[in-house]
Amino acid sequence: MIKTGVYTFMVCALMGVAAYAAFYVAPTEATMGLVQRIFYLHAPSGMTALSAFLVSFVGSVSYILTRKPRWDWLAVSAAEVGVAFCTVVLLTGPIWAKPAWGQYWAWDARLTSTLVLWLLYVAFLILRTMIEDSDRRALVSAFFGVFTFLDVPLVYGSIWWWRTQHPQPVVFTSAGLDPTMRKVFYLSWLSLTCLMALLIRQRYELEESRNELRTLEQELEAH
Amino acid sequence: MKNLNSVFAAYLIGWGVFFVFSLTVAKRAAGLRDELSRLKERLQDSTQKGK
Repeated sequence: MIKTGVYTFMVCALMGVAAYAAFYVAPTEATMGLVQRIFYLHAPSGMTALSAFLVSFVGSVSYILTRKPRWDWLAVSAAEVGVAFCTVVLLTGPIWAKPAWGQYWAWDARLTSTLVLWLLYVAFLILRTMIEDSDRRALVSAFFGVFTFLDVPLVYGSIWWWRTQHPQPVVFTSAGLDPTMRKVFYLSWLSLTCLMALLIRQRYELEESRNELRTLEQELEAH
Repeated sequence: MKNLNSVFAAYLIGWGVFFVFSLTVAKRAAGLRDELSRLKERLQDSTQKGK
């Protein structure tokens, strides 16, 4: 409990430092001005969402192969956390787009595939509430989870494969991202990755408690 | 200071989503803990009655 508290405090502190760096350390971008600072929340949130969905995919595939419930718990925990991060991406993007593009939304490949990804994972979570039997629920959602993950490479590659209004990548390329901006970006990404790990762990513990509850209910019924 | 409101709005909304999500997980966990302790008590009672 103390360990979790310390880790939570460290994550919050790291997020605070990252926000301070985004507001006060990173230089103001010449063309877009202040609004470009949304980049330090928007882009790392997107990458963290994709990482969470990758964890969910690993959980789903591992469940199909081993049929161990722990993998199912990991898959649903990571999917739910991924949806939270994807929500942040879909909300902060339009706030940035309005002053930068003159419109909140464009139906281009990156934006549309991200919205579809969010809808697919929401459907994954809704699907789980509709199946009573835990083994059947785990198996059906594992297959659905594998199918859902197919959209992730599409989201990632959309800005290379199609002409989009969304900016081209600046982080993992030799494109001119200022060195200070790059450092602030990596700090923000680190803070959000730590937050993702914390949230997945909390959510996973919830699944463990649910399992314990089911076992106790079965024991009570047997008495 | 053009668009400062947009930057603050984005960070407030972003952090708000994380906070609300964390809160819902904590709330669900608290509910489950209560239910677990209630069931454990019931199980203990029924075991004692069985003896």
